[in-house]
Amino acid sequence: MKISQKISPFIRNLNIKSVSYLKNHFKGDDIFKLVSALFASSIFLLLGLMVYELVKGSWLSIQTFGLNFIVGTTWDPAISRIFGVLPLILGTLVTSAITLLIGVPISLGVGLALSEYAPKKFGVTVSFLVELLAAVPSVIYGLWGIFVLIPFLRDHVYPYLKAVFGFIPIFSGPIYGGGVLTGGIVLAIMIIPTVSAVMRDLFSAVPNSQREAMIALGATKWETVKTVISYARSGVIGAVILGLGRAVGETMAITMVIGNRFQVWPSSLFDAWYTMAAIIANELLEATYDLYISALINVGLVLLFVTLIINILARLIVWRALRLTMGIARE
Amino acid sequence: MAAKFEIQGLNAWFGLKHVLKNIDIKIEEEAVTAIIGPSGCGKTTFIRCLNRMHEITPGARVSGKVLFNGINIYGNGVDPVMIRRKIGMVFQKPNPFPMMSIYDNVAAGLKLNGVRDKKILDAVVKQSLELANLWDEVKDDLNKSGASLSGGQQQRLCIARALAVEPEVLLMDEPCSALDPIATAKIEALIRKLAENYTVVIVTHNMQQAARVSDYTAFLYLGELIEYGSTKQIFENPKHELTERYLTGEFG
Amino acid sequence: MDYYKLRVTKNRLMQFLVYLALFSALVPLFSILSEVIRRGFFTINFDFFTKPTPTVGEAGGGVANAIQGTLITIGFSSLIGVPIGLMSGIFLSEYGESKLSVAVRFLHDVLSGVPSIVIGVFAYALITRSIGFSVTAAAFALAIIMIPIVTRTTEEALKLVPMSIREAAIALGIPRWKTTITVVLSGAKKAIVTGILLSIARIAGESAPVLVSMGFWRWWFAGLDRPAANLALNVFIFAMSPFENWIALAWGSALVLILLVLGISVTARVFTRERY
Repeated sequence: MKISQKISPFIRNLNIKSVSYLKNHFKGDDIFKLVSALFASSIFLLLGLMVYELVKGSWLSIQTFGLNFIVGTTWDPAISRIFGVLPLILGTLVTSAITLLIGVPISLGVGLALSEYAPKKFGVTVSFLVELLAAVPSVIYGLWGIFVLIPFLRDHVYPYLKAVFGFIPIFSGPIYGGGVLTGGIVLAIMIIPTVSAVMRDLFSAVPNSQREAMIALGATKWETVKTVISYARSGVIGAVILGLGRAVGETMAITMVIGNRFQVWPSSLFDAWYTMAAIIANELLEATYDLYISALINVGLVLLFVTLIINILARLIVWRALRLTMGIARE
Repeated sequence: MAAKFEIQGLNAWFGLKHVLKNIDIKIEEEAVTAIIGPSGCGKTTFIRCLNRMHEITPGARVSGKVLFNGINIYGNGVDPVMIRRKIGMVFQKPNPFPMMSIYDNVAAGLKLNGVRDKKILDAVVKQSLELANLWDEVKDDLNKSGASLSGGQQQRLCIARALAVEPEVLLMDEPCSALDPIATAKIEALIRKLAENYTVVIVTHNMQQAARVSDYTAFLYLGELIEYGSTKQIFENPKHELTERYLTGEFG
Repeated sequence: MDYYKLRVTKNRLMQFLVYLALFSALVPLFSILSEVIRRGFFTINFDFFTKPTPTVGEAGGGVANAIQGTLITIGFSSLIGVPIGLMSGIFLSEYGESKLSVAVRFLHDVLSGVPSIVIGVFAYALITRSIGFSVTAAAFALAIIMIPIVTRTTEEALKLVPMSIREAAIALGIPRWKTTITVVLSGAKKAIVTGILLSIARIAGESAPVLVSMGFWRWWFAGLDRPAANLALNVFIFAMSPFENWIALAWGSALVLILLVLGISVTARVFTRERY
């Protein structure tokens, strides 16, 4: 028995060749595609507008200083009104270098621990915790840095460092607790959760056949692990560069502990310094005249370029790593 | 009996791969036609051409004519969405909408076409489930999730869902291959019942099933229609040598 | 034989170093959590949740206004960021192979790497300089941070919906666009909501862009064209101040902030895990 003729006559009366229905459906799909494409294309507008506004805002500074902005070493908003950011670029790079020097080996270790060494259950719980910690806001790292880390380093770590390594200039200045080294340490602690998680995923993605091949040859655990790292090495480099990108752009945590002193070069690792991100955060609200504001926006522009370059590098390397790991790796 | 479908010179491609070659066949209405043949012979592609599903795969192409009630469904100005409401399909692996209840699954086709009246929906759901031989088993709890049913029940749910939009034809792509023998038997009985009012085209790799269930059988091999006739004739007296070799199990 | 001993020793040494790394990573992280809980806990009393920021030197006071301001700001931001991210994600998953999609995806990746302070400066240049330090400017900056996250998670969620579900709907004679917004979207609902929650948790913790686009605010919400108090920014301002009561509030705010952010993150992750 067919479904009663009384019900939903409209379906029965559909004429498959009806032009009006034809118009309806083709329109629906096309409209939808257009609307969603428009929303998706808003990213072009956003990024374009961002670059435009930053350049426009920096224009006064660019006109006034030109390239001297990048190589200049004076930042004097009060008297001479001359602005140069070389020390800030150096400060950003040096702090990031310290961050990587401390953070990368530890992240590597954590990634290996979670992927290769830890027993299953323990590994899963700790992984979950590590991922959760990646969500902790940077101000909180800064807060902890000021009131917990700095006193600790100032009283229990730096004096010993100075005592042992004091003959090297970078370890020989006055200690007040904050400064370049402290900034690097805080940033390292900040990037460890994220970078470790990426490394752990990279190592877990290495096919088991690689490990089994090494074990069958009589390799020790460490030798097997070395193979895993080697297989994933492009991805590891990519993860490091991603961490670098984060460190370079970090603002709050670093400005809370680094001391915020503009100088061409610090007297030691224990001395205060300044970064591009930190100066914007500290001074934009205090800037009272146009050139000052423009200079700060200019700093933002420079910072944008630096991070864009770092990120594009990272994407290229990670993309290449993915291709190698998925297919047959050929070097 | 009149021909529900008249297929003339049907060709189909996946990119450059020529999957169906010049198929000419008539499908009788209110009967069951089985499409048999070894794996990869184009059976599934064939029925997907009948409701214009083949073309949704990127790179897929069709040429030729498929006359449905005398109108070429690939002709100018024909809306594929309309076609699919008149020609329903049931897939190999049961695919009820997982986050919808049994009721909502069956009503899905109607609801999405704007039918709001609860009385109509209730009636259609009940009748579709009855048609699909599933009503008695689920009538007490229509709000259970569609995915909570057994495989055979899910497939009957999919059949009910397809029937709810009142198609004239039901295309079935190996509907029992994922089911156990008892569920299979239930669906085979259902197919015979449906043939009283619907045109059914069923793809199957199971020759015995084709013999049990269908009135007409078409044998496809490497994209070509080798032989077509009444099931009785095909199985008892195949005219083509390839057909005979396939039926005796020499390949596929 | 000796070489073998060397290998074994190396092996043990590396194992030790790996666990040492794990330990040195976990210690500071646990210290952060425990200090925030410990020091923040003492500040929390009933006043904490009901009173606004106290004036400098005045005892007591709380972060009620900051909670209000933060909720309003991230709410406004979500109103902008979620629809754009959602539609972009739908576009990328449904029309993913087109050249436009490749470009869009790449740009989203680029945007997610831009430092939040730079996004704040953008909002400052575009909005603050015209309508002043305001919730609008901050919400704009935060929305920009949200968009790549929501887009990516939506696209991945939709990709997980199996083709068989889409085919079933198409075979019923439902037009393509309708299948996307009804059947496919509801299949991916959980994962999409998770993505949105995670992006909200992220912007709740952002302080740099808020600082330069909105500034510090001590009072209750006063309109979208004025600033509002912000929990994350308050942690910064209070911590850097020399006032005892403000420093105490910094720890209290940090505790509330961490509970909020981790609370949302944990809920989101547990939500997804339920499916498996």
